[in-house]
Parts: sequence; C-alpha cells; structure tokens
Amino acid sequence: MGNEILLMKNITKVYPNGIVANKDVNFSVNEGEIHALMGENGAGKSTLMKMLFGLETPEEGEIFINGKAIKIDSPTTAIKNGIGMVHQHFMLVPSLTIAENMVLGIEPRKNGFIDFKKAVAITEEISKKYNLIVDPEAKIEDLPVGMKQKVEILKALLRGAEILILDEPTAVLTPQETKELFEELVTLKEKGHTIIFISHKLKEIKEICDRITILRGGRSVGVHHVKDVTQEEISRLMVGRDVVLKIDKTPAKPKEIVLKVKEVNHIDVMGKNILNKISFFVREGEIVGIAGVEGNGQRELIELITGLDQYDEGSIVICDKEIRDLTIKQIRDLGISHISEDRMTYGVAEFASIEENIISDRFDNKDLNNKGLLKIRKIQSLVKQLIDDYKVKCDNGQQPVKMLSGGNIQKVVVAREFSSSPKIIIANQPTRGIDVGAIEFIYEKLIQLRDEGVGVLLISSDLNEVMELSDRLLVMYGGEVVASFEDSTKVTEEELGMYMLGIKKQVFEEKRRVENE
Amino acid sequence: MENLLPIIFSTSFAYSVLRVTTPILFASLAAIISDKAGVINIGLEGIMLFAALMGVISSAFTQSVLIGVLCAVATGVLLSLVLAYFSLNLKSDIILTGIALNLFSSGGTVFLLFLAAQDKGISVSLQSKVVPEISIPLINSIPVLGEILSGHNILTYVSLLCVFLIHLFLYKTPLGLRIRAVGETPNAADSVGISVRRIQYMALMISGALAGLGGAYMSMGYVSWFSRDMTAGRGFIALAAEAMGRGTPLGTFLAAIIFGFADALSNVMQSLRVPAEFVQMIPYVTTILGLVIYSIKQNNKIKKYRRNQV
Amino acid sequence: MSNKKIETQFEIIRTFVAILMAMTLALLIILLVSKQPVDALTSFLTGPFSSIRRFGNVIEMTIPFVFSGLAVCVMFQAKQFNMIGEGAFYVGGVAASFIAVKFLLPAGIHPFAAILFGGVVGGLVGLLPGFLKVKWNANELVSSLMLNYVCLYLGLYMMKSTIRDPNAGMIGSYVFPETAMLKKILAGTRIHSGLFIAILFIALTYLFMYRTKWGYALRMTGLNESFAKYSGINTKRVIIYSQVIGGLIAGIGGATEILGMYQRFQWSALPGYGFDGIIIAILARNNPIFVPIAAFFLAYLRVGADIMARMTDVPSEVISAIQAIIIVLIAAKRFLAKWQHKRIIKNSQEKLAVKEG
Repeated sequence: MGNEILLMKNITKVYPNGIVANKDVNFSVNEGEIHALMGENGAGKSTLMKMLFGLETPEEGEIFINGKAIKIDSPTTAIKNGIGMVHQHFMLVPSLTIAENMVLGIEPRKNGFIDFKKAVAITEEISKKYNLIVDPEAKIEDLPVGMKQKVEILKALLRGAEILILDEPTAVLTPQETKELFEELVTLKEKGHTIIFISHKLKEIKEICDRITILRGGRSVGVHHVKDVTQEEISRLMVGRDVVLKIDKTPAKPKEIVLKVKEVNHIDVMGKNILNKISFFVREGEIVGIAGVEGNGQRELIELITGLDQYDEGSIVICDKEIRDLTIKQIRDLGISHISEDRMTYGVAEFASIEENIISDRFDNKDLNNKGLLKIRKIQSLVKQLIDDYKVKCDNGQQPVKMLSGGNIQKVVVAREFSSSPKIIIANQPTRGIDVGAIEFIYEKLIQLRDEGVGVLLISSDLNEVMELSDRLLVMYGGEVVASFEDSTKVTEEELGMYMLGIKKQVFEEKRRVENE
Repeated sequence: MENLLPIIFSTSFAYSVLRVTTPILFASLAAIISDKAGVINIGLEGIMLFAALMGVISSAFTQSVLIGVLCAVATGVLLSLVLAYFSLNLKSDIILTGIALNLFSSGGTVFLLFLAAQDKGISVSLQSKVVPEISIPLINSIPVLGEILSGHNILTYVSLLCVFLIHLFLYKTPLGLRIRAVGETPNAADSVGISVRRIQYMALMISGALAGLGGAYMSMGYVSWFSRDMTAGRGFIALAAEAMGRGTPLGTFLAAIIFGFADALSNVMQSLRVPAEFVQMIPYVTTILGLVIYSIKQNNKIKKYRRNQV
Repeated sequence: MSNKKIETQFEIIRTFVAILMAMTLALLIILLVSKQPVDALTSFLTGPFSSIRRFGNVIEMTIPFVFSGLAVCVMFQAKQFNMIGEGAFYVGGVAASFIAVKFLLPAGIHPFAAILFGGVVGGLVGLLPGFLKVKWNANELVSSLMLNYVCLYLGLYMMKSTIRDPNAGMIGSYVFPETAMLKKILAGTRIHSGLFIAILFIALTYLFMYRTKWGYALRMTGLNESFAKYSGINTKRVIIYSQVIGGLIAGIGGATEILGMYQRFQWSALPGYGFDGIIIAILARNNPIFVPIAAFFLAYLRVGADIMARMTDVPSEVISAIQAIIIVLIAAKRFLAKWQHKRIIKNSQEKLAVKEG
C-alpha cells in the first residue's frame, strides 16, 4: 500500500441553518487502497465528500493531495486535481450514446465537427484499459443501471481521476451487477487508483475494502483495517446513540388491528424489486416502529399505504377496508393521517397561510363549509386553537408557512394530521431536521394519541427515536421485514444494527405470527 | 369536392405548399434549437413579426436586399437576447416573458410602422425590396418536379437547407451536443464543467436568428410589404410543429409541411364555395388535431413503458 | 414590523418601480420620436381626466378589462397557462348577439339570457384545453392559442350564417333590439350597466377564490400540486374547472361588452382582451380584489395613449412597450430581490436584538 494520497484535516462544516454536519473530521486515504466511508444517514458522509468534490466549502480545515494543500471550490477544480465522483443519481444524458457522454465538454474535433470515430476510439481504449467493457455506440437510456454506472466510472477516469468517490454504488444494483462492480474496482485498484467507497452494507465492505473510516454525528469515530475488525464491532461503532432523549411512557394497551399489510410486492419503473412480500400490522393504542437504513423500501411502502401510489400484489387493509381502488381522499376518510418525510413537497404549500395549510384535509367537511361556502370564522377559531395547542410560533394564522422555522412548519403539519381524529397515524421521519424543542413536543403528542387509542406507524432512520418511541419494533432491509420485536425496550442497539445492515435476519414463528394475525 | 382534387394534385399547388411552409419551417427550426436547450421560446411569433418589419424598413432605407435580411436576422437575435436576459438572469417566467415579447412586438411594430410609413396598417408606401426568386438550372428542366421545386424564393431554399444544417449542427457539432445535453439533463452538463446558462443564451440567439429569417421571408418574399400582425399565429403553429416532429429537424420539417399543406389548402379553397371561415380555420384545426394525436401517442408510450416494466 | 408586512410592502414597491421604469422608457421614446413631446406627454397623462366623456372612455374600457383580468386570475392561480380568454371573449360576444337578435324577450330578461349564454359558450371553449391536458397531457398553452383562431373563424361563421344583416354595409349582425342592450347609466358617456355586472363578478370571483371550498382547492393545486394531491384534493377536476370558469368569465365579458358598447355584432378580428387579461392579472398578483385597479390603470394608459395619438404625432402603440416592461419586471423573481432580502435579514436581526436586550 502506498503513501497518503489524500488528507482532509480538521474539517468542520456548518450549514447556514446552524446544523453542524462535520466537526473536526480527519480523513486520510492511502494511494491504491479501497477505503470505506461508513455512517448512518446524517452522519456527515455526503457532506464530507461534497467538500472533497467542490460542491461545498468547509468552514475550517484543509485538504491535502499528495501532501500539497489545495483549495477545491468547484467540481472543475476537483477534476483537475484528479478527483472523480460517481453520484448516486447518475449524471448522464439519456438520449446520447455512451461515447457522446464520455466526451461531453471535451469533444474531439475535426473541421469543427465532433470526431465521432475518435470519441468511440477514446471510449474503447479506456474501456479496454480498465476492463470496463461497454458498447460506445449504445444509448444511455437503453442501458441497465449497472452499465450506466460503468459509464460514470469511465467518465471520471477519462477526465484523469486518480481518486474515485463512489456514493453508495451498490444501492441501485442487483447482486450480479454488484459482483461485477467489485471485480472492476479490484482491477482499478491494481492499476493504482484510489477508491473511496461509501456504503451501509457491511458484507460488501468486508469483501473489498482495505480500510474503513466510520463517521457518527458528524465526527470520525475511528479508522480501522477492515481485516482487523468484525462486522459486529463496525456495527456497534456506527450505530451508537449520542444524545438520548429519554421518554416516559406507560406500556401500550393495544386493541383492534387498524392497519394490516399483507404480502405486498412492489416493483419500481426501473424493474427493481422494492418491496418483497412485506407483511405486518398495527393495532389501536400502540406505536409500531420501523427501523432501517433509508432506501430499503420504506418510502415506497408509505406511498402505497397512503394512496400516493398503487400496488398490484398483496393487500393493504385500513379499518377493515381494502384500499386498492380508493382515492387518497377516501383513504384519509377511513381515518389515516400521514406525516410525509418530504415536508416541503407534500407536507405544506409554503406560499399558503398556516390556516390554509391546516384545513387542506378537511375543508370539504360539513363543519367547515356550508354548501361549498367556507365557514371562515369556524376555520379561524379552529386554527387559532390548534396554533395554541401545538405551540406554533407565528404572528397569526394568516402568516405564510414559508416564514416559519423548520420546527414550526413541522408543527403545522403535525397539528393538521393529529387533529383529524385519526385512527392510524403514519409518521415518516417526523422529526427530521427540526429543533429539539419541537422534537420533544411531537414525541409527547404521539404518545398522548397512542394512549387515546390511536395506532401509530413510525418510520425513522433515527435509531434513538425509533427505539424510545416504539412499543413494537420492526426492521426493514431490502424491502422485507427482517426482524420483529414484541418489546422494543428489550432490544439493544447492537442487535438492531445487525438486522439493519443485513448481517442477521429472523426466520421464525415471530414473523409468521406477524403475517397471520 | 371534385373541383378540389385536381387542384391539390396540380404542380402549382405543390409549389404553393413549399411557399407557405417556408415561414413555419423557419420558426419550427427556431423552436427546435431553443427547446433542445430546455428554454421554450413562446416569443417566436413576436420575433418574426418584428423581424419582418425591420427587414422592410431597412431594405427600404438602404435599397439593399441583403441588408434588409441581415437586419431582420439581427432583430431576431436582439429580441431573443432580451428574452434570455429576463428569463435566465432576472428569472422571469419564460412563458410570461415570451408573451410579453409578443405583446410588445404586436404594438411596437405598428408604432414603428407609423413612424416609418405614416400608416398603421401596411407598409406599401415604403419602397422595400424583395428577396428574388431563382430558378435552378437542371432541376427546372425536369418535368413536374421542376415546376414544384424550381423558381422559389431564395429564402425558401435557405429554409430547406437549414433543415439539413440544423440537423448537422445539433447532432454533429460540439455546441449542438452541449445544447442537447443542457436541455435534457442540466446537472450532467454542469458536472462536466459546461455552463448551462451560456449554452442556453447561445441557443436562444440561434433560435432568434432563424425566426428572423422567417420574418424576413414574410415581408420580403411571401409578400412584398409588412402589415400589422401579419404572422397570424405562425410562431405558435411552429411550436406545435416542433412538438409533433419530436424535436428532430426532419420530423419537424414533415410536420411543418403538413401545416403548410393546410395553409395552402385554405388558400386554394377560397376559390371554392366553402365558407371562407372554415377554410381559414384549417391550419389551426390541423395544429390542434396534430397536437392531440401527438400527446395521445406520447401518453400511450409512457403507459406501455410502465406496463412492460411490471 | 413582521416579515410578512415587509413582503407585502415590497410587492407594492416592486410594482411601482416597474411601472415607473416602464413609464420612463415611454417618456424617452416620446422624446425621441416626437416634435411636440410636452403636448404628447400632457395629453397622455392628463388627457383621460380632461373631460367627463374621456373619463367615461376609461371606465368603459375598464369593464371588459375586468372580465378578462378575472378570467386569467382564476386560471393562473391554478397554474394553468390557458390563453383561451381571447377566444372565449369573442365567442361570448357571438353567443350573446345570437340571443339578442334571435329571441324576443322582456327587457330585464333579455340581456340576462344573452349574457348567460355567452358565459356558457365561453366556459365550453375553456373546457377543451383543460380536458385535453388532463386526459392526454396536451400542452394547454399551445392548444388554447390555436383554439383562439378557431373561435374567431367559427364564431364569425356562426354569426354570418345566423344573424348577419345583409344590408349592414359591413360584416355585422342585425341591430340589437332595444330590449337586449345594456342601458347607459351616465349621461355624456357610454358607461353602461355592464359596470354593475363587472363589479358583481369581482365580488363573485373573489368570494369563489377565497371563500368557497372549490376556490380553496384551486389555489392549493396551483400553489403546490403534490401537496394538494397528498391532502386528498382531486387535482384533475380542479385543473378542468379552473379553465371552464376562466372561459366562462371571459365569455360573460365578451357578452357584456357587445351588448353594452355596440349596436350590432361587428368584430371581424379577435379583440385582444384575452391577452390584456394577462397584463391585468400580473399587475393584480392574480387577486380579484386588485383586478379593478389594474384594469382601470391599463384603461387609463390606453385612453391616454389614444388621446395622445389624436392630438399629437405619437402613435398610441407606444404603450405596448410599457406593458411588456411591466409584465417582465413584475414576473422577474430577481428584480429588486437582493434589496428585499437585506431588509428581511435586518428585520430579523433587530427582532433578535430586542429580545436579547
């Protein structure tokens, strides 16, 4: 193994909204190694890599390439310094051929025209050199995901990348494609390239990485040689809890089933299996948590339950009613409430007032309109009450939502969703990116509603949240429920981490019980 | 009806199809370039109109056809620069900006016309020049085909040539490649160091130049004068033609021919006993039908794609 | 001061600065082309107020502007770029003329029936682009622009084949019977009772947009379609009815205009009110309450420009520059945005300081 090719020293990044994404991080990579960068969502991996690729600039700290301090202020400078990045969302033009994508911006010319033969030759040459075989004249839009990724890697190599950042490259790949990618990465390594490999998947890291840096809460918690640490150790380092918000709650007294998901399958437009015969249920008066690394099918599951997308196989029953052919409105009328993870797209209309945002699910109800005419006074008093109840900090109900802080915007969403007398609440990342005060408030409300007999399905990538709030706990991995715990207080985070990262999987009557209830 | 068929199948009708297609074709090609770069140019109508007037005024003052045409083109480029500045720099909605440009041209041309010709309707008092018609040796001696293809206005040949040139430009040159990349996936272009805004500026300028040629043809070829609102929706028809032609120069050319056919049809049908209004409606109804058929096809394609995946 | 107030203030200032800049440009153009710039400017700016008749002209023109402005407001609030206002206005006029000429009804009911029919036909015309959009995702902008021409020729044909007066000496309908026409309400002017209909529709449109559940659903769909869907709103239905209502209001506008200002139907070209509606809607920030002000302002500009053209050597079309500049500057997100941003930050800091202090 070679010298230190990259050193990011004492990097600190604070976003304008005050969130500290990286605090005093040291990150060192040696020439010719495959170095894993690991951490939970929000641990600061992406931010660190964005700074390396010139998409963000650090407040403090320095970056050294081959011992020389450099300033990276744009992707162009990063590329010039031999850094290439393969983004999770590919930066390719679908209607163009592979060769055209390869040479975009650096087109070989002949008499003012593009020299296509040369472009193809260039592509073939580099493709052969690294044994990344592609058909230069194929169009990107006709390619499978794995092939697109190859093109991205080649693109970076063509622009002279010595250090290659791969952002969760296997998240979109099938197992076969993953295998192929690994072979290619090893070839690259043999040719002297350095690879930074961002991943959640321990098995993969064990398989191809030399060293691993683990981030937690914006700090580096250790660098190890992969062969010296066990999967269990990595998992423990990564999935530790930092600030523990203790929550007092009495044991749940669950009653009737309000939500039942049975053997639901879902395939996305790319033909990838997102949900795999998933089954579980939620009863009145309990909080069921779904833990798991993001991107394991949680979002799609919620879209199916709330009617934003349609399912083809399996069944979803809310309060004894199959929702397959129901509109969103009809599903909501069954008693479902939904806190979306994407607050600004689904949760609110930012230019509308607090009032208008709160009545969006109930303006059609008899008590808020009379033959179509809105009962303004009724609405105003209702909203005023809710602003008080939910402690929304604002001037008044007429204030546009976009002028509120993140936490207060979420309180507006929560005020609407919690006050519609729901029978079941789908809370998807309910406290993401908001202040501690608002978080605590939302926890209290959720527990209060549970005690009043509402069923809650909580999806969260915040381990502390999901462990503290839930009565029962499920773990999703690869579109399946891989573990189910009757009593969330009896689960350790180490254990949970193993399931979340796919190291362990329950196959026993526990799961069967879940499906047959 | 029996009167109509012999007319349609006559060489003079085929000739007139090419004649009336010319302005639509220029505008459609203009629409392709801007659309490929991801900026919809609703202002084509107004750009053509203004260019038509400037062609007449400048050729009348200089007594030069060439300067007239160049002025029309320059007008087109200038107006699209204005459109680009407001939509790309000041972030005005590009559709509203285009509409504003059309309103401005509609009134502004009348204003200038009045200053230049003391008339608010038509420019006949100006001694403006006309781009000559040329007959092409060899081709003009071919029976039938010669009558259809020869003897057109130079700009008609230029428009046909442009179909080919724009195709070359978009698909064979570095700038063309970058324009397509910027319009389709700006992120991808950005990630390899291409300035999205600069490319969009250039695309709009080329678009303006083409629309300028279309305008020049209207007032210096199709007819020999400028009259108020003489473009009569051709800029909008071009947008539909571009959509139907799926943004390819050749497909758009065919779509433009269809609209040109409809236009020519409405011209010859005026001599028949069909109500004039129906005749005048033909190009617009054709455009709506074309747009609907195109949209249905697109829709089915998306549905099929999804079904195949499941 | 709250940040919201700053924003409202800012929008007002922005509007005035835009108008000011546009007027300055017009002034420059006048200085450039006119041999009598002082006269031109005086007649342009003060002409509309120089006599009852001229002021009457302004009000007369405000009436159709109100309708076309309201129509565009409704469609723009739903984020529908449907330009059918133009065609709907025209066919509304044709339809009303048809009822006016063909039926003999008592004075009170006759204009009512004619205007109602004009509205219905206008609404039907607005339905088409909406339907094509929802059903097949056909771009409503292009389809409505084309449909405008169809409206013109089809409307003209219908008029000619049913109610044309062969002895009129022009292409026009029979003269409307006295019972069908809207009464003049102010001596010395041509201001007609359509003014009351316009006022009624300002109120109705405002109520519809801000006081009914349909208006609410329409606004939410326009502000954030994903949010509207998530909340359970049937956004497809909203997209259709927003365009039907837009067409309906424009149709009523056309009907009112023809029965109030004309003796017979005689429009042989699209009158252009549909596009004027866009200027008005932008000036009024799509809020029906501000439509009369914007409509009045535009009418004032037009009448002033007309007077100027008659009295001096400056053609009235100089205002097309004013209109275009106003549209783009108000639509420009970045126009004066830095200045506003600074004020909001300063305001927030001051607030913090007060709290801490």
